Amino acid sequence: MGSFSRRTLLVAGAGAGLLTACGSNTGREGGGSGPGLSQWYHQYGEAGTERAVQRYAAAFREARVTVQWRPGNYDQQTAAALLTDSGPDVFEVNGPTLDQIQGGQVLDLTELLEGVKDDFSPAVLTPKTYDGRVWGIPQVVDTQLLYYRKSLLGDAGVEPPTTLDALVDAARELTGDKVKGLFLGNDGGAGVLGGTPLYAAGLQLVTDDGKAGFDDPAAARTLGKLHQLYADKSLLLGAPSDWSDPSAFLQGLTAMQWSGLWALPQVRKELGDDFGVLPFPADGGHGRPSVPVGAYGAAVSARSTHQEAAKAYVKWLWVDRTDYQEDFALSYGFHIPARLSLARKATKLRQGPAADVVRFTTDHGYAQPLLWTPASQTAYQDALSRIIRNGASPERELRTVVRKVSAELDRVKNAKKTP
Amino acid sequence: MRRRRALWFWVFVGPFALGLALFTYVPLLWSVGLSFFDAHNTVTPTHFVGLGNYTAMLRDDAFTDSLKTFLVFTAFIVPVTYVFSLSLALMVNRVRRVRAFFRSVFFLPAACSYVVAALIWKMSLFSGVRFGLANTVLGWFGGDPVAWLSTPDPPWYWLVLVTVRLWLQAGFYMILFLAGLQRIDPVLYEAAAVDGARPGWTVLRHITLPQLRATSVAVVLLLVVNAFQAFDEFYNLLSDARGYPPYARPPLVYLYYVALGQGQNLGLGSAGAVILALVVVVVTVGQARWLRLGRTDGDG
Repeated sequence: MGSFSRRTLLVAGAGAGLLTACGSNTGREGGGSGPGLSQWYHQYGEAGTERAVQRYAAAFREARVTVQWRPGNYDQQTAAALLTDSGPDVFEVNGPTLDQIQGGQVLDLTELLEGVKDDFSPAVLTPKTYDGRVWGIPQVVDTQLLYYRKSLLGDAGVEPPTTLDALVDAARELTGDKVKGLFLGNDGGAGVLGGTPLYAAGLQLVTDDGKAGFDDPAAARTLGKLHQLYADKSLLLGAPSDWSDPSAFLQGLTAMQWSGLWALPQVRKELGDDFGVLPFPADGGHGRPSVPVGAYGAAVSARSTHQEAAKAYVKWLWVDRTDYQEDFALSYGFHIPARLSLARKATKLRQGPAADVVRFTTDHGYAQPLLWTPASQTAYQDALSRIIRNGASPERELRTVVRKVSAELDRVKNAKKTP
Repeated sequence: MRRRRALWFWVFVGPFALGLALFTYVPLLWSVGLSFFDAHNTVTPTHFVGLGNYTAMLRDDAFTDSLKTFLVFTAFIVPVTYVFSLSLALMVNRVRRVRAFFRSVFFLPAACSYVVAALIWKMSLFSGVRFGLANTVLGWFGGDPVAWLSTPDPPWYWLVLVTVRLWLQAGFYMILFLAGLQRIDPVLYEAAAVDGARPGWTVLRHITLPQLRATSVAVVLLLVVNAFQAFDEFYNLLSDARGYPPYARPPLVYLYYVALGQGQNLGLGSAGAVILALVVVVVTVGQARWLRLGRTDGDG
């Protein structure tokens, strides 16, 4: 019998182990009563953001909101979680994507914006709108821009570049033994630039009538110039951190770096006044400066069991509580508030380089259109990478991309919208 | 008593059988089912497309390129690991003292995680900036820093990818070879010496290698299957927040982006997975037939 009881113990122990493994809960309980909601955020790099969003959640009275802070591949995690019942009720999303909307995975939030719709920056609200309905409430406006080191440009006698040709020349001039001219990310720019050079050439990713917007000789001409940057060896490659982190710029590995507005407080702290900001410079006769903007938006999962409470929470936090929205945008990282009224009020955005960024974001900001699906994005990004790094013919690469993108646009146009 | 045995059989085997069915066979069959549907952002699709996903996948340049990447990777990693781990085993086998020490030291990297090793290779050994280890060494000889992982031409990234895997797995295969070596009857070597065979290449060629035949077949088979499953080090060395470059993209990495990225085209991804599984089966069975797996050492 001795062996019997040992076995029983073993089985019982394994069972208990399984039970405890299931009981993990990484969030913090909110302070309200009513139904329990789970809210997901991706991991923000800036200190204090997590505490802040937990504070907001705890202040909501009509539901107990549990915040989950999710490091790692956030987009993949949410996409997978939306297929199951164990996903979030409310989540921030770099979208929602067209397929998520057409697949009925997220709820229509149009009514939450009643009366205040015009106060949201159209650049970020438009990509969250499909068929005239709004599917995500923009949280902040994230802008990308070019940082340059004034002293290094001054020493080399280089003016801040305002055309793409000038940027290519400047990067070459600034490149020396220890410093590279420009950092566009460790992949040479294919990932982060995306459609930005096309907008700089006066083109777009998708036209207003839903066609590929870069079936034009100007596109090939502009993208070819990015290869020149690579061929000149002006680009920093293989840096310890990628473009979204200003470290390479701050450590003096590069004279210019493409990064985000979120990096501005850190850059100012380390470099003082020794830096300036620029939009992506214009190219060609019809060109204009180009400023990519993105927005994480708050969305509600269609699988949520408390849909009304979830919507009420989103309205409370991202529409009504402008004090929290301002705090979220400006107190931790550095973002432009999605609400025009808040952006106008923000004193931090009124002086120095930050004011420049706000100005050129307002004038030249573009967001990736909703019709630009991940499949189109991958096809284009692969082609851009081959153009930049392999010196592939831009005309031939773009012909293939236009064909793939057109097929993808046809697919989403014909996709049946399930309620 | 017999009933009792049956009960305990199911208590012990049941959970694993259940887990295997639930987490392996059901998803496998589900995935085969999905591959015949247009399954964007859903695992319960309704729009049947027949073989549409299969034809789309086979016509996709990116997918065929990923198969080529696998072939190139296999062509590098299999012979290199084979020769390197066999050499290690021969050396360790000859050591008379502290053999256990060397065996452990060479085996240790096998205990390291692919993710951790990939990050060390990427951040410190083959960092593209001038203070990375490889670039520092190049600098001593007056060479310019090389962006090891960011330049497709020349394709230096293969050096990084092959060395990291070689470092991680050589120790494991060394142990397999050691086991094989220790099963060779010393009488054979003595007889060879009496017959005048010189130690070294002749003995290796005519005694050691033929005697290691079964081990070699198993090692090559394992190496090829592992190369097929390559994901960890590729993904951690080459991907970034914005995706994955169009080169050195093995099949699993490609399918990961199609099916599990924001693309969420689960039907197309499943079709790719089924095609891949068929390729693995054909290659493995073909290889086993060709190399006559299952014969014991010395059957010649």
